[in-house]
Amino acid sequence: MFYSAKFWGGLRGIINVMLVVYMLAPLVIIFVISFSSALYLTFPPPGLSLQWYEKMFSNPTWTRTLVTSLKIMVPAAIAATVLGTAAALALSRMESKWALAVRAVLMAPLVVPVIITAAAIFGVFRIWGLYGSLWGLILAHVILTLPYVLSTVSANLAVFDKRLEDAAANCGAPPWIAFRRVTLPLISPSVMSGMLFAMVISFDELVVSLFLSTPRVRPVTVQMWSNIKGDTDPTIAAIATVLFLFSLLALLADGIARRRSGREPGL
Amino acid sequence: MTAGNRTLWLLIPAVLLIGVCFLYPVSWLLQRSVSEPVWGLQNYITIFSKSIYLGVLWNTIAIAGATTILCALIGFPVAYSMVHARPWIRKLLIFVVLIPFWTSILVRSFAWLVILQRGGIINDILVGIGMIAEPLDIVYNRFGVLLGMVQVLLPFMVFPLYSVMARIDGSFFRAATNLGATPIRAFFRVYLPLCLPGLGTGAMLVFIIALGYFITPALLGGRGDTMIAQLIFERIDEFGDWPLASALAIVLLIGTGLLFAIIKGVSKLRRGRI
Repeated sequence: MFYSAKFWGGLRGIINVMLVVYMLAPLVIIFVISFSSALYLTFPPPGLSLQWYEKMFSNPTWTRTLVTSLKIMVPAAIAATVLGTAAALALSRMESKWALAVRAVLMAPLVVPVIITAAAIFGVFRIWGLYGSLWGLILAHVILTLPYVLSTVSANLAVFDKRLEDAAANCGAPPWIAFRRVTLPLISPSVMSGMLFAMVISFDELVVSLFLSTPRVRPVTVQMWSNIKGDTDPTIAAIATVLFLFSLLALLADGIARRRSGREPGL
Repeated sequence: MTAGNRTLWLLIPAVLLIGVCFLYPVSWLLQRSVSEPVWGLQNYITIFSKSIYLGVLWNTIAIAGATTILCALIGFPVAYSMVHARPWIRKLLIFVVLIPFWTSILVRSFAWLVILQRGGIINDILVGIGMIAEPLDIVYNRFGVLLGMVQVLLPFMVFPLYSVMARIDGSFFRAATNLGATPIRAFFRVYLPLCLPGLGTGAMLVFIIALGYFITPALLGGRGDTMIAQLIFERIDEFGDWPLASALAIVLLIGTGLLFAIIKGVSKLRRGRI
Protein backbone atom coordinates (compact mmCIF):
# COMPACT_ATOMS: atom_id res chain seq x y z
CA MET A 1 0.00 0.00 0.00
CA PHE A 2 2.87 2.29 0.86
CA TYR A 3 4.17 2.11 -2.69
CA SER A 4 0.93 2.34 -4.60
CA ALA A 5 0.41 5.46 -6.68
CA LYS A 6 -3.26 5.41 -5.74
CA PHE A 7 -2.48 5.78 -2.04
CA TRP A 8 -0.19 8.77 -2.60
CA GLY A 9 -2.55 10.34 -5.09
CA GLY A 10 -5.40 9.99 -2.62
CA LEU A 11 -3.31 11.43 0.20
CA ARG A 12 -2.39 14.43 -1.94
CA GLY A 13 -6.04 14.93 -2.79
CA ILE A 14 -6.95 14.94 0.90
CA ILE A 15 -4.19 17.44 1.64
CA ASN A 16 -5.41 19.72 -1.15
CA VAL A 17 -8.99 19.64 0.04
CA MET A 18 -8.00 20.28 3.66
CA LEU A 19 -5.87 23.23 2.57
CA VAL A 20 -8.69 24.78 0.56
CA VAL A 21 -11.09 24.33 3.50
CA TYR A 22 -8.64 25.83 6.01
CA MET A 23 -7.82 28.85 3.86
CA LEU A 24 -11.25 29.54 2.39
CA ALA A 25 -13.91 28.28 4.80
CA PRO A 26 -13.74 31.26 7.18
CA LEU A 27 -14.16 33.71 4.32
CA VAL A 28 -16.98 31.73 2.73
CA ILE A 29 -18.83 31.56 6.05
CA ILE A 30 -18.50 35.33 6.56
CA PHE A 31 -19.76 35.85 3.03
CA VAL A 32 -22.83 33.66 3.62
CA ILE A 33 -23.62 35.14 7.05
CA SER A 34 -23.57 38.65 5.60
CA PHE A 35 -26.72 37.69 3.64
CA SER A 36 -28.39 36.15 6.70
CA SER A 37 -31.99 36.88 7.64
CA ALA A 38 -31.32 36.06 11.31
CA LEU A 39 -30.69 38.85 13.81
CA TYR A 40 -27.53 37.29 15.19
CA LEU A 41 -24.46 35.47 13.89
CA THR A 42 -25.67 31.98 13.09
CA PHE A 43 -24.73 29.44 10.48
CA PRO A 44 -26.24 28.20 8.29
CA PRO A 45 -28.56 31.18 8.15
CA PRO A 46 -32.30 30.40 8.31
CA GLY A 47 -32.94 32.56 5.24
CA LEU A 48 -31.39 35.13 2.97
CA SER A 49 -31.77 38.89 3.03
CA LEU A 50 -29.89 42.05 2.25
CA GLN A 51 -30.78 43.67 5.57
CA TRP A 52 -27.19 43.94 6.79
CA TYR A 53 -26.02 45.68 3.65
CA GLU A 54 -28.98 48.01 3.96
CA LYS A 55 -28.06 48.62 7.58
CA MET A 56 -24.46 49.21 6.68
CA PHE A 57 -25.21 51.77 3.98
CA SER A 58 -27.85 53.55 6.06
CA ASN A 59 -25.69 53.77 9.17
CA PRO A 60 -23.63 56.99 9.04
CA THR A 61 -20.88 55.42 11.17
CA TRP A 62 -20.12 52.85 8.49
CA THR A 63 -20.57 55.11 5.47
CA ARG A 64 -18.46 57.85 7.03
CA THR A 65 -15.62 55.48 7.94
CA LEU A 66 -15.76 53.80 4.51
CA VAL A 67 -15.45 57.22 2.85
CA THR A 68 -12.56 58.10 5.16
CA SER A 69 -10.79 54.89 4.12
CA LEU A 70 -11.21 55.84 0.45
CA LYS A 71 -10.01 59.38 1.11
CA ILE A 72 -6.83 57.93 2.59
CA MET A 73 -6.40 55.13 0.07
CA VAL A 74 -6.66 57.05 -3.21
CA PRO A 75 -4.06 59.79 -2.55
CA ALA A 76 -1.79 57.39 -0.63
CA ALA A 77 -1.80 54.79 -3.41
CA ILE A 78 -1.20 57.39 -6.12
CA ALA A 79 1.65 59.02 -4.20
CA ALA A 80 3.24 55.67 -3.36
CA THR A 81 3.01 54.62 -7.02
CA VAL A 82 4.60 57.82 -8.33
CA LEU A 83 7.36 57.95 -5.70
CA GLY A 84 7.98 54.20 -5.79
CA THR A 85 8.17 54.03 -9.59
CA ALA A 86 10.48 57.06 -9.73
CA ALA A 87 12.75 55.52 -7.11
CA ALA A 88 12.76 52.16 -8.90
CA LEU A 89 13.80 53.86 -12.17
CA ALA A 90 16.60 55.82 -10.51
CA LEU A 91 17.86 52.74 -8.64
CA SER A 92 17.85 50.61 -11.79
CA ARG A 93 20.19 53.11 -13.45
CA MET A 94 22.51 53.55 -10.48
CA GLU A 95 25.66 51.52 -10.62
CA SER A 96 27.36 52.46 -7.38
CA LYS A 97 27.19 50.33 -4.27
CA TRP A 98 25.02 53.06 -2.75
CA ALA A 99 22.10 51.72 -4.76
CA LEU A 100 21.88 48.68 -2.49
CA ALA A 101 21.94 50.76 0.68
CA VAL A 102 19.32 53.20 -0.60
CA ARG A 103 17.09 50.32 -1.67
CA ALA A 104 17.41 48.74 1.77
CA VAL A 105 16.38 52.01 3.42
CA LEU A 106 13.35 52.41 1.15
CA MET A 107 12.31 48.79 1.77
CA ALA A 108 12.71 49.14 5.55
CA PRO A 109 9.03 49.91 6.32
CA LEU A 110 8.18 46.47 4.93
CA VAL A 111 10.75 44.68 7.07
CA VAL A 112 10.37 46.53 10.36
CA PRO A 113 7.42 45.15 12.36
CA VAL A 114 4.48 47.43 11.72
CA ILE A 115 3.83 47.99 15.43
CA ILE A 116 7.21 49.77 15.66
CA THR A 117 6.46 51.94 12.63
CA ALA A 118 3.05 52.72 14.11
CA ALA A 119 4.35 53.71 17.54
CA ALA A 120 7.21 55.77 16.09
CA ILE A 121 5.04 57.64 13.58
CA PHE A 122 2.36 58.24 16.20
CA GLY A 123 4.88 59.71 18.65
CA VAL A 124 6.37 62.11 16.12
CA PHE A 125 3.15 63.02 14.30
CA ARG A 126 1.57 64.01 17.61
CA ILE A 127 4.34 66.54 18.12
CA TRP A 128 3.98 67.78 14.54
CA GLY A 129 0.21 68.15 14.88
CA LEU A 130 -0.53 65.44 12.29
CA TYR A 131 -2.25 63.14 14.78
CA GLY A 132 -5.93 62.71 14.00
CA SER A 133 -5.65 64.40 10.62
CA LEU A 134 -6.28 62.89 7.21
CA TRP A 135 -2.84 64.11 6.10
CA GLY A 136 -1.10 62.17 8.83
CA LEU A 137 -2.88 58.96 7.85
CA ILE A 138 -2.16 59.51 4.14
CA LEU A 139 1.55 60.11 4.81
CA ALA A 140 1.78 57.02 6.99
CA HIS A 141 0.07 54.89 4.35
CA VAL A 142 2.42 56.15 1.64
CA ILE A 143 5.34 54.98 3.77
CA LEU A 144 3.79 51.55 4.34
CA THR A 145 2.86 50.97 0.68
CA LEU A 146 5.87 52.47 -1.10
CA PRO A 147 8.04 49.34 -0.64
CA TYR A 148 5.43 47.20 -2.44
CA VAL A 149 5.45 49.48 -5.48
CA LEU A 150 9.24 49.73 -5.41
CA SER A 151 9.77 45.97 -5.34
CA THR A 152 7.13 45.18 -7.99
CA VAL A 153 8.40 47.80 -10.44
CA SER A 154 12.05 46.94 -9.71
CA ALA A 155 11.42 43.29 -10.51
CA ASN A 156 10.03 44.36 -13.89
CA LEU A 157 12.87 46.79 -14.58
CA ALA A 158 15.39 44.05 -13.89
CA VAL A 159 14.20 42.22 -17.02
CA PHE A 160 13.51 45.39 -19.02
CA ASP A 161 15.78 45.83 -22.03
CA LYS A 162 17.35 49.22 -21.49
CA ARG A 163 18.54 49.31 -25.11
CA LEU A 164 14.97 50.07 -26.16
CA GLU A 165 15.11 53.38 -24.31
CA ASP A 166 18.61 54.06 -25.61
CA ALA A 167 17.34 53.43 -29.13
CA ALA A 168 14.60 56.01 -28.60
CA ALA A 169 17.16 58.49 -27.28
CA ASN A 170 19.46 57.84 -30.26
CA CYS A 171 16.57 58.54 -32.60
CA GLY A 172 16.33 61.96 -31.00
CA ALA A 173 13.68 61.52 -28.33
CA PRO A 174 14.23 63.72 -25.29
CA PRO A 175 14.48 61.69 -22.03
CA TRP A 176 10.93 62.47 -20.93
CA ILE A 177 9.45 61.44 -24.28
CA ALA A 178 11.56 58.28 -24.39
CA PHE A 179 10.28 57.40 -20.94
CA ARG A 180 6.68 58.32 -21.71
CA ARG A 181 6.51 56.52 -25.09
CA VAL A 182 8.84 53.55 -24.59
CA THR A 183 9.69 52.71 -20.98
CA LEU A 184 6.39 53.47 -19.29
CA PRO A 185 4.19 51.41 -21.64
CA LEU A 186 6.56 48.46 -21.16
CA ILE A 187 6.62 48.62 -17.37
CA SER A 188 3.01 49.75 -16.94
CA PRO A 189 1.69 46.29 -15.92
CA SER A 190 4.01 46.25 -12.92
CA VAL A 191 3.22 49.87 -12.06
CA MET A 192 -0.47 48.95 -12.20
CA SER A 193 0.21 45.89 -10.08
CA GLY A 194 2.12 47.95 -7.52
CA MET A 195 -0.68 50.48 -7.30
CA LEU A 196 -3.30 47.77 -6.77
CA PHE A 197 -1.11 46.30 -4.04
CA ALA A 198 -0.81 49.75 -2.44
CA MET A 199 -4.58 50.23 -2.58
CA VAL A 200 -5.30 46.91 -0.92
CA ILE A 201 -2.67 47.39 1.78
CA SER A 202 -3.96 50.87 2.55
CA PHE A 203 -7.63 49.88 2.57
CA ASP A 204 -6.97 46.91 4.90
CA GLU A 205 -4.45 48.66 7.14
CA LEU A 206 -5.30 48.62 10.83
CA VAL A 207 -2.29 48.95 13.13
CA VAL A 208 -0.96 52.36 12.10
CA SER A 209 -4.49 53.69 11.64
CA LEU A 210 -5.35 52.54 15.16
CA PHE A 211 -2.66 54.84 16.54
CA LEU A 212 -3.22 57.82 14.23
CA SER A 213 -7.02 57.99 14.02
CA THR A 214 -9.46 59.80 16.27
CA PRO A 215 -13.25 59.34 16.42
CA ARG A 216 -13.54 62.25 13.96
CA VAL A 217 -11.10 60.85 11.38
CA ARG A 218 -11.49 57.10 11.48
CA PRO A 219 -11.01 54.53 8.69
CA VAL A 220 -13.41 51.61 8.45
CA THR A 221 -10.94 49.03 9.77
CA VAL A 222 -10.55 50.92 13.04
CA GLN A 223 -14.33 51.10 13.39
CA MET A 224 -14.52 47.36 12.75
CA TRP A 225 -11.86 46.71 15.33
CA SER A 226 -13.76 48.56 18.04
CA ASN A 227 -17.02 46.84 17.09
CA ILE A 228 -15.54 43.34 17.08
CA LYS A 229 -14.31 43.91 20.60
CA GLY A 230 -17.83 44.90 21.67
CA ASP A 231 -20.99 43.10 20.61
CA THR A 232 -21.11 41.90 17.04
CA ASP A 233 -24.01 41.52 14.67
CA PRO A 234 -24.00 40.45 11.01
CA THR A 235 -23.37 44.07 9.89
CA ILE A 236 -19.71 43.39 10.57
CA ALA A 237 -19.92 40.35 8.31
CA ALA A 238 -21.29 42.64 5.59
CA ILE A 239 -18.40 45.09 6.11
CA ALA A 240 -15.90 42.24 6.13
CA THR A 241 -17.41 40.97 2.87
CA VAL A 242 -17.05 44.41 1.30
CA LEU A 243 -13.38 44.51 2.34
CA PHE A 244 -12.83 40.99 1.08
CA LEU A 245 -14.53 41.61 -2.27
CA PHE A 246 -12.44 44.75 -2.71
CA SER A 247 -9.26 42.68 -2.29
CA LEU A 248 -10.56 39.97 -4.59
CA LEU A 249 -11.37 42.52 -7.30
CA ALA A 250 -7.86 43.93 -7.01
CA LEU A 251 -6.41 40.43 -7.25
CA LEU A 252 -8.46 39.73 -10.39
CA ALA A 253 -7.53 43.10 -11.93
CA ASP A 254 -3.90 42.27 -11.27
CA GLY A 255 -4.29 38.88 -12.91
CA ILE A 256 -5.88 40.46 -15.98
CA ALA A 257 -3.16 43.11 -16.21
CA ARG A 258 -0.49 40.42 -16.07
CA ARG A 259 -2.21 38.22 -18.62
CA ARG A 260 -2.53 41.16 -21.03
CA SER A 261 1.17 41.80 -20.77
CA GLY A 262 1.78 38.15 -21.55
CA ARG A 263 3.54 37.37 -18.30
CA GLU A 264 2.71 34.35 -16.23
CA PRO A 265 1.11 35.17 -12.90
CA GLY A 266 4.12 35.27 -10.62
CA LEU A 267 4.46 33.49 -7.33
CA MET B 1 27.39 62.79 -17.05
CA THR B 2 26.31 59.16 -16.95
CA ALA B 3 22.75 57.95 -17.31
CA GLY B 4 22.71 57.05 -13.62
CA ASN B 5 23.40 60.60 -12.52
CA ARG B 6 20.79 62.07 -14.81
CA THR B 7 17.98 60.15 -13.16
CA LEU B 8 19.31 60.38 -9.61
CA TRP B 9 16.92 63.21 -8.68
CA LEU B 10 14.02 60.77 -9.08
CA LEU B 11 15.10 59.21 -5.80
CA ILE B 12 14.84 62.42 -3.81
CA PRO B 13 11.10 62.43 -2.97
CA ALA B 14 11.02 58.82 -1.78
CA VAL B 15 14.23 59.10 0.23
CA LEU B 16 13.11 62.37 1.78
CA LEU B 17 9.74 60.91 2.77
CA ILE B 18 11.16 57.73 4.27
CA GLY B 19 13.88 59.71 6.02
CA VAL B 20 11.60 62.29 7.61
CA CYS B 21 8.53 60.19 8.28
CA PHE B 22 10.09 56.81 9.04
CA LEU B 23 13.79 56.83 9.93
CA TYR B 24 13.51 59.95 12.08
CA PRO B 25 10.48 58.64 14.04
CA VAL B 26 12.19 55.31 14.70
CA SER B 27 15.33 57.06 15.96
CA TRP B 28 13.11 59.31 18.08
CA LEU B 29 11.70 56.13 19.63
CA LEU B 30 15.19 54.84 20.30
CA GLN B 31 16.12 58.11 21.96
CA ARG B 32 13.05 58.11 24.21
CA SER B 33 13.83 54.57 25.34
CA VAL B 34 17.20 55.59 26.79
CA SER B 35 16.55 59.19 27.85
CA GLU B 36 13.55 58.92 30.15
CA PRO B 37 13.05 59.32 33.05
CA VAL B 38 16.83 59.87 33.09
CA TRP B 39 19.55 58.88 30.59
CA GLY B 40 20.44 55.24 30.93
CA LEU B 41 19.28 51.72 30.29
CA GLN B 42 16.75 51.59 33.15
CA ASN B 43 13.82 50.82 30.82
CA TYR B 44 15.64 47.86 29.33
CA ILE B 45 16.59 46.63 32.78
CA THR B 46 12.92 46.83 33.80
CA ILE B 47 11.89 44.74 30.79
CA PHE B 48 14.45 42.04 31.45
CA SER B 49 13.94 41.87 35.20
CA LYS B 50 10.19 42.11 35.84
CA SER B 51 8.31 38.85 35.49
CA ILE B 52 5.33 40.44 33.65
CA TYR B 53 7.56 41.64 30.83
CA LEU B 54 9.66 38.51 30.77
CA GLY B 55 6.42 36.53 30.55
CA VAL B 56 5.34 38.51 27.50
CA LEU B 57 8.76 38.09 25.86
CA TRP B 58 8.53 34.36 26.48
CA ASN B 59 4.96 34.23 25.09
CA THR B 60 6.14 36.04 21.98
CA ILE B 61 8.94 33.57 21.34
CA ALA B 62 6.79 30.55 22.22
CA ILE B 63 3.88 31.59 19.96
CA ALA B 64 6.18 32.53 17.08
CA GLY B 65 8.07 29.24 17.54
CA ALA B 66 4.93 27.11 17.64
CA THR B 67 3.55 28.95 14.59
CA THR B 68 6.79 28.25 12.72
CA ILE B 69 6.74 24.54 13.55
CA LEU B 70 3.07 24.17 12.59
CA CYS B 71 3.64 26.10 9.36
CA ALA B 72 6.51 23.76 8.51
CA LEU B 73 4.45 20.63 9.29
CA ILE B 74 1.51 21.86 7.20
CA GLY B 75 3.53 23.70 4.56
CA PHE B 76 5.73 20.73 3.67
CA PRO B 77 2.99 18.38 2.42
CA VAL B 78 1.15 21.33 0.85
CA ALA B 79 4.21 22.44 -1.13
CA TYR B 80 4.90 18.84 -2.15
CA SER B 81 1.33 18.39 -3.29
CA MET B 82 1.53 21.65 -5.26
CA VAL B 83 4.67 20.58 -7.08
CA HIS B 84 3.14 17.27 -8.10
CA ALA B 85 -0.38 18.47 -8.91
CA ARG B 86 -1.85 18.86 -12.35
CA PRO B 87 -1.37 22.41 -13.72
CA TRP B 88 -4.92 23.63 -13.11
CA ILE B 89 -4.96 22.25 -9.57
CA ARG B 90 -1.59 23.86 -8.93
CA LYS B 91 -2.96 27.21 -10.11
CA LEU B 92 -5.94 26.82 -7.80
CA LEU B 93 -3.74 25.92 -4.82
CA ILE B 94 -1.45 28.88 -5.46
CA PHE B 95 -4.47 31.17 -5.56
CA VAL B 96 -5.83 29.68 -2.32
CA VAL B 97 -2.51 30.04 -0.49
CA LEU B 98 -2.11 33.59 -1.78
CA ILE B 99 -5.48 34.70 -0.44
CA PRO B 100 -4.03 35.74 2.95
CA PHE B 101 -1.73 38.17 1.12
CA TRP B 102 -4.76 39.92 -0.24
CA THR B 103 -7.34 39.84 2.55
CA SER B 104 -7.27 41.89 5.67
CA ILE B 105 -6.04 40.16 8.80
CA LEU B 106 -8.92 41.79 10.59
CA VAL B 107 -11.46 40.09 8.33
CA ARG B 108 -9.86 36.70 8.76
CA SER B 109 -9.51 36.99 12.53
CA PHE B 110 -13.15 38.02 12.75
CA ALA B 111 -14.11 35.01 10.65
CA TRP B 112 -12.32 32.69 13.05
CA LEU B 113 -14.14 34.31 15.97
CA VAL B 114 -17.50 33.63 14.33
CA ILE B 115 -16.53 30.00 13.80
CA LEU B 116 -14.85 29.24 17.10
CA GLN B 117 -16.52 31.20 19.89
CA ARG B 118 -18.80 29.57 22.46
CA GLY B 119 -21.92 30.45 20.49
CA GLY B 120 -20.02 29.91 17.24
CA ILE B 121 -20.53 27.55 14.37
CA ILE B 122 -18.36 24.65 15.54
CA ASN B 123 -19.86 24.60 19.02
CA ASP B 124 -23.39 24.96 17.62
CA ILE B 125 -22.87 21.95 15.39
CA LEU B 126 -21.16 19.80 18.03
CA VAL B 127 -23.83 20.54 20.64
CA GLY B 128 -26.56 20.16 18.02
CA ILE B 129 -25.53 16.62 17.06
CA GLY B 130 -25.08 15.78 20.73
CA MET B 131 -21.35 15.10 20.61
CA ILE B 132 -20.72 17.46 23.52
CA ALA B 133 -23.04 18.78 26.23
CA GLU B 134 -21.20 22.04 26.96
CA PRO B 135 -19.66 24.35 24.34
CA LEU B 136 -15.89 23.95 24.08
CA ASP B 137 -13.47 26.81 24.72
CA ILE B 138 -11.60 26.80 21.43
CA VAL B 139 -10.91 30.50 21.11
CA TYR B 140 -9.49 33.24 23.35
CA ASN B 141 -6.65 30.84 24.08
CA ARG B 142 -3.41 29.59 22.56
CA PHE B 143 -5.21 27.23 20.18
CA GLY B 144 -7.18 30.09 18.64
CA VAL B 145 -4.07 32.24 18.25
CA LEU B 146 -2.13 29.47 16.52
CA LEU B 147 -5.01 28.51 14.24
CA GLY B 148 -5.29 32.12 13.08
CA MET B 149 -1.57 32.82 12.79
CA VAL B 150 -0.71 29.65 10.88
CA GLN B 151 -3.38 30.48 8.32
CA VAL B 152 -1.96 33.95 7.78
CA LEU B 153 1.71 32.95 7.70
CA LEU B 154 1.46 29.71 5.72
CA PRO B 155 2.31 31.34 2.35
CA PHE B 156 5.68 32.49 3.71
CA MET B 157 6.52 28.83 4.33
CA VAL B 158 4.88 27.30 1.26
CA PHE B 159 6.44 29.46 -1.45
CA PRO B 160 10.13 29.09 -0.48
CA LEU B 161 9.54 25.33 -0.09
CA TYR B 162 7.70 25.15 -3.39
CA SER B 163 10.48 26.85 -5.31
CA VAL B 164 13.06 24.45 -3.84
CA MET B 165 10.99 21.30 -4.32
CA ALA B 166 10.12 22.18 -7.93
CA ARG B 167 13.83 21.99 -8.74
CA ILE B 168 14.56 18.67 -7.00
CA ASP B 169 15.29 15.87 -9.43
CA GLY B 170 12.94 12.97 -8.66
CA SER B 171 15.53 10.45 -9.81
CA PHE B 172 17.61 11.06 -6.64
CA PHE B 173 14.85 9.60 -4.52
CA ARG B 174 14.30 6.68 -6.89
CA ALA B 175 18.03 5.99 -6.97
CA ALA B 176 18.11 5.81 -3.18
CA THR B 177 15.19 3.39 -3.03
CA ASN B 178 16.59 1.29 -5.91
CA LEU B 179 19.82 1.01 -3.98
CA GLY B 180 17.86 -0.50 -1.12
CA ALA B 181 16.90 2.39 1.13
CA THR B 182 13.41 2.19 2.59
CA PRO B 183 11.19 5.05 1.43
CA ILE B 184 11.31 6.56 4.93
CA ARG B 185 15.09 6.40 5.02
CA ALA B 186 15.34 7.78 1.50
CA PHE B 187 13.06 10.62 2.51
CA PHE B 188 15.12 11.61 5.53
CA ARG B 189 18.53 11.05 3.96
CA VAL B 190 17.89 12.32 0.42
CA TYR B 191 14.70 14.31 -0.06
CA LEU B 192 14.55 16.30 3.20
CA PRO B 193 18.17 17.53 3.06
CA LEU B 194 17.52 18.81 -0.46
CA CYS B 195 14.52 20.76 0.85
CA LEU B 196 16.38 22.30 3.79
CA PRO B 197 17.25 25.63 2.13
CA GLY B 198 13.59 26.33 1.42
CA LEU B 199 12.52 25.06 4.80
CA GLY B 200 15.11 27.27 6.52
CA THR B 201 14.15 30.42 4.62
CA GLY B 202 10.45 29.77 5.19
CA ALA B 203 10.93 29.09 8.90
CA MET B 204 12.95 32.24 9.42
CA LEU B 205 10.42 34.37 7.54
CA VAL B 206 7.48 32.95 9.47
CA PHE B 207 9.24 33.31 12.81
CA ILE B 208 10.34 36.91 12.20
CA ILE B 209 6.95 38.05 10.95
CA ALA B 210 5.17 36.21 13.78
CA LEU B 211 7.30 37.98 16.41
CA GLY B 212 5.71 41.33 15.59
CA TYR B 213 2.12 40.11 15.29
CA PHE B 214 -0.58 42.13 16.92
CA ILE B 215 -4.11 41.81 15.56
CA THR B 216 -4.50 38.02 15.49
CA PRO B 217 -3.31 37.36 19.07
CA ALA B 218 -5.25 40.39 20.32
CA LEU B 219 -8.52 39.11 18.85
CA LEU B 220 -8.14 35.35 19.17
CA GLY B 221 -5.96 35.09 22.27
CA GLY B 222 -6.71 35.11 25.98
CA ARG B 223 -5.03 36.94 28.82
CA GLY B 224 -2.11 34.55 28.82
CA ASP B 225 -1.37 35.03 25.13
CA THR B 226 -0.24 38.66 25.16
CA MET B 227 2.61 39.19 22.70
CA ILE B 228 5.14 42.01 22.67
CA ALA B 229 3.31 44.07 20.02
CA GLN B 230 0.13 44.10 22.11
CA LEU B 231 2.10 45.17 25.15
CA ILE B 232 3.62 48.08 23.19
CA PHE B 233 0.16 49.15 22.06
CA GLU B 234 -1.32 48.91 25.57
CA ARG B 235 1.57 50.77 27.19
CA ILE B 236 1.08 53.70 24.80
CA ASP B 237 -2.69 53.62 24.37
CA GLU B 238 -3.72 53.09 27.97
CA PHE B 239 -0.83 54.40 30.04
CA GLY B 240 1.06 56.80 27.78
CA ASP B 241 4.15 55.02 29.05
CA TRP B 242 6.45 56.03 26.18
CA PRO B 243 9.82 55.16 27.74
CA LEU B 244 8.88 51.56 28.40
CA ALA B 245 6.93 51.13 25.15
CA SER B 246 9.88 52.56 23.21
CA ALA B 247 12.29 50.18 24.91
CA LEU B 248 10.00 47.24 24.09
CA ALA B 249 9.82 48.38 20.47
CA ILE B 250 13.60 48.63 20.27
CA VAL B 251 13.97 45.15 21.78
CA LEU B 252 11.65 43.81 19.05
CA LEU B 253 13.50 45.79 16.38
CA ILE B 254 16.90 44.46 17.46
CA GLY B 255 15.61 40.88 17.69
CA THR B 256 14.11 41.10 14.20
CA GLY B 257 17.24 42.76 12.81
CA LEU B 258 19.54 40.09 14.26
CA LEU B 259 17.46 37.29 12.76
CA PHE B 260 17.48 38.99 9.35
CA ALA B 261 21.25 39.35 9.57
CA ILE B 262 21.48 35.61 10.28
CA ILE B 263 19.40 34.80 7.17
CA LYS B 264 21.60 37.04 5.04
CA GLY B 265 24.74 35.49 6.48
CA VAL B 266 23.56 31.94 5.95
CA SER B 267 22.46 32.53 2.36
CA LYS B 268 25.80 34.20 1.61
CA LEU B 269 27.68 31.22 3.08
CA ARG B 270 25.61 28.85 1.01
CA ARG B 271 26.24 30.77 -2.19
CA GLY B 272 29.92 30.88 -1.35
CA ARG B 273 30.06 27.11 -1.10
CA ILE B 274 28.40 26.51 -4.46
